[in-house]
This record gives sequence, structure tokens and C-alpha cells, in this order.
Amino acid sequence: MCGIAGLIHRGKSSNVGSELQGMLQALKHRGEDSTGYALYGDTDGKNFIMRFKVGENVGEGSSSVMEDVSVYDERKKIVDQTLAEMGAKVVKEERTLPYSLRYEIDYNVKDLLEFSQRIESIPGVEILSMGKSLEVIKDLGNAKMVCDRYSLDKVVGTHAIGHARMATESGVDIKSAHPFWGYPFSDVSVVHNGQLTNYWNNRRVLENKGMRFMSECDSELIAVYLAEKMRDGATLEEGMKASLTGLDGVFTYFVATKDSLGMAKDTMAAKPLVLYESDDLVAMGSEEIAIRSVLPQEIDTYDPFDGEVKVWQI
Amino acid sequence: MANLKTVSKKSKAQSMGMHTEVLTGRTQQKFFNPDEAENFYYFGTYDVDFNKRTDLDVKDMTAPEANKEIDNLMSQGYGTIVIKNPQGKHSLGVGILNKLNLIFEGSLGYFGMGSCDGPIVRINGRVGWSCAENLMAGKVVIEKNAGSCFGAAIRGGDLICKGSVGARTGIDMKGGTIIIGGDAGAFTGFMMQRGRIIILGDVGINLGDSMYDGTIFVGGEIGSYGSDAVDAELTKSDQDWLKRKLKVAEIGENFDVSKMKKIVAGKKLWNYDNLEPTEKKGAI
Repeated sequence: MCGIAGLIHRGKSSNVGSELQGMLQALKHRGEDSTGYALYGDTDGKNFIMRFKVGENVGEGSSSVMEDVSVYDERKKIVDQTLAEMGAKVVKEERTLPYSLRYEIDYNVKDLLEFSQRIESIPGVEILSMGKSLEVIKDLGNAKMVCDRYSLDKVVGTHAIGHARMATESGVDIKSAHPFWGYPFSDVSVVHNGQLTNYWNNRRVLENKGMRFMSECDSELIAVYLAEKMRDGATLEEGMKASLTGLDGVFTYFVATKDSLGMAKDTMAAKPLVLYESDDLVAMGSEEIAIRSVLPQEIDTYDPFDGEVKVWQI
Repeated sequence: MANLKTVSKKSKAQSMGMHTEVLTGRTQQKFFNPDEAENFYYFGTYDVDFNKRTDLDVKDMTAPEANKEIDNLMSQGYGTIVIKNPQGKHSLGVGILNKLNLIFEGSLGYFGMGSCDGPIVRINGRVGWSCAENLMAGKVVIEKNAGSCFGAAIRGGDLICKGSVGARTGIDMKGGTIIIGGDAGAFTGFMMQRGRIIILGDVGINLGDSMYDGTIFVGGEIGSYGSDAVDAELTKSDQDWLKRKLKVAEIGENFDVSKMKKIVAGKKLWNYDNLEPTEKKGAI
């Protein structure tokens, strides 16, 4: 049982970091092994923002192996060297935690595949997100803990999705936490509640087609599946509709791009989702109390039906 | 070992290894004593006056706190309680085994009004998953939409949603009536065993999948039939019953019930042993 939440402001920006924190904290009883945010902030759109990690959180409850912090420094140095070799200029650098970094990069390239492959060829390094608006922040603990740790409550933007995780089929670590970046597409992220039963079959097929998996979490398949569909020319909505039959199991998932937010629910409708929709705001979550954290007044909400796919633009 | 033919009834039971403690619970004590049938009541229920009314703001309460306060108000004789600011909280109003007029001014989360027996409830909002699960008797009216598993395993009473409901409505229901003013999701009436479901709008795929018994009436389109769900003739008495029920439910009063579809169990999945006593089949 995990909890997912998302919201999109249409035609304006808002304090999406704080809003999503409230929504995810309301869902913490659905799992607080880890919490993740995919925030689409207001930026000038000139530089890429790369969120990446050079190690794992090995704190209490983690399933990761303890490493010396000096290893993180070594990995960071190699990342810096590699970026320089590729002609990518780091405009701004933040190291929130020893293992977690945020770079603003001046880099003029459309295809992020080669870029990502080179960075992630460095052992222990994983790009959590890459985009001109998207920032994926995920770590162990509940929504408030992660929000406080990374100072997310002041992030202003148009839309966001997030995930409160109860780890079941894979480890308690950052690499298995949601959201997943839709590698190698800029600004695509996914969160999922459910279980995919044809994960390994799909993974083998997609890996043979050159797609990359970083974890053994079944939810990552959705991000990779959609990325592959889009690589082959499908729109986001077409990819999502294909996933209703391409993915087997029970799922409700959200996917976000630079300017849109979508949801899909499997044909069994086995996983919950409550949705509020108005002209200027769409808010949705696994439970109504998530929506109530941003809209405490009485509102009209509903459960999307089985096999439903919806996409909203900012 | 004692001689069973000569010992008294009590010691015979003891000799056979049966304990003699007084069993508690309504099934053991009440159902089998016709003399006490008139005096039947649940332990911990109260005499309430429907004209005695009060408000309860649960904004800053947890669900257990709110439910305890409802119980406390009933103990003071309040028969009409208006709940303010439920704000989608889970498990509100569960386990009320009392006559009560309960009004929620807002929406409930999951498991609202679960395991109740007797109250008349109006929810001026929406409800989440598993509303009124295991309802035994009474009436629950939802003014807006409802989530999945609406009325799961209800035994009796009327459960009315004026909006649309999610998947698996009436799953495993064993009695009572569920009325939906809007549309219903997939697997409606899944494994239902008795009772009736009325849907005025459309219904999703696998309607009545693996239903043992009971009846489903649908006013709109059906996504698909589930395993062993079959059409049946809509009789005159069905139509009269539907008109009465919709009128009492204050929903779809002008709905043309003559065009509704009636779905029942084909009973091809029934696989009971022929040697089994017939009364056992009846119980199922």
C-alpha cells in the first residue's frame, strides 16, 4: 500500500512544494519508508537542472550498504570531470546532503541519452531527474521529514506529483523510491501505486531495445515503458492508453511533463484514486484527505472509473 | 467415563466435554429464545429522542474521538446529530447499533458508516471506499459520489448514492438494497449472494461477476456481463417494486423502470454436492 498525490495549477503558479508536502503527509499512514517529490518549478528555462545522488541514505531503516562519505566526494569529482569533458558548464551547485546534489547546467543538447549514460557510467551515481523545470527529490522518511531536509516548502511552480512509499517488493532505499524520471526524456516523471505482474517480461524486452533500468522496483517500468513509447513517436496520452493493456497487474499512476499532468487507472480499478477538477486546479490523491489538505472547504470529488486515462495541461 | 444414560442433563454435557458457561452475544442469547424476542436490544444501546438535536464539529477530532463523542451524545438521549466538518476523515460513524438520525455536513473518507445496524444517515457530500460496509439495517443516503466497494457485504438496509460509484459496488452483499443514481464501475455485484442493486445510469465491465444470487437492475448501458450473470425477464412486480423503491429513495422518481434490464445469476457456477441437505443450499 503506497500513497500518491498530484496537483496542477492551470494558468498560474503556486507554492507546490508546500502543497504537495501537505498532501503526502496526509497519506503517510499508507507508507513512510520513503517519500518523493517531482516538482515543476518556475524557472527561466535556460539551464538544465540535474538532481543526482552519489550514494544512498544509510540511516535507520535503510537497506543500503554503509559507505564512507569520502567515496561520495570522489564520485562527485568524477561527475564534475565528466561534465567538463562533455562541455557542460555547471552554473550553480548545491549539495543538500553528502549524497544528494543539485546542479544547474548550461548544456545545449536535445538528446539526453548519451549525456545520462556517461554520467551514470560512474559507479554509484544516479541521475534522479534532468529537465528545465522538473526536480525529483526523494529520500527515506515521511513527507515532512524529506521536505524539511531539502527545504522544499518554498518551491513555487505550476504542478507536482509525489509518492509516500511502503516498500514491498524492493529495498528501502532512494533508488527504489518514487518518483521515477522518464529517462532519457527531459522533464518526465512518474509515480505509481500498485503492483505490476509482467515487470520482468517487459523489462527484458525494453532493455533489449536500449532502455535503462536503475532499480528492481516494478514501478520504474511505467516510466521506462512510457519513455519508450514516446521515443517511438507516441504522445504521452497515447503511451498511457497503451499501458492499460501493455502493463499487467493493478495500478493507478500519475505522469507529469513540463506542461502537463496525467493519470491512468487499470481495468480492474483495484487501486484507489480520488479526483478534484476545476477550471484552475486539478488535485488528486489516493485518499480524499490528501486533497483536503489543500482544499479544506466542501468540494465535489469523484473516483475515476476503471481503464480511465486523463491528461491536463497547465 | 460417566454413563450418559443416567447422569443429569448438565453433567451429561460436561461428560461429553462441553462447557457450561453462559454464552454471551445476541446470537446465542436472543435468537433462540422467542420469549425475549420483543425485548431484543444490543448491549450498550440507548433510548434516544429524534426531536433532541445537536451539532458536533469534528474538525479537530480524530475518527475514534468523533465516534466516541457520537456515542456519548446518544447516551444523553440525542436522537438527531449533525456532524460538521468531517473533511474526508476515515471511519466516521462506524459501529452504530442504535436508532439515530445522523447527518454529515460534508464528505467522508474510507469505511464511513461501516458495521452499522439501525441509523438513518444522510451524507451531504461524498464518501470514499467501502462506505456502509456490513450494514445490517437502516438507511444511508449519499448526496454526491461514492468510491469503490460501496456497500460491500451489506446484510440489510437501504444504501443510496445519488451520484456515481466506483468499482465492486455491492461486492459479497448478502441482503439489502443499493440504489445508484448515476453510473457504477467495473465488477458491480461481484460475488453477491442476495439483495438487490439498482443502477439508473451506465455500469462498467464484468457486471455481476460470479454472483450466486440476488438481482441487479440497470437503467443504462452495460460494459459487459461477468461470469454467470444473465438477463432475466423484468416482471410487472419488479417494476412496481422499483417504482416504490425509487420513490422512497427520493431518486429517479420519473425514471422509466419498464426499460430497465434485470440481471440474475445463471447458476451454472453453482457446484453444490447433490447429497448436501437442501436447507444448507437455502442458507447459502
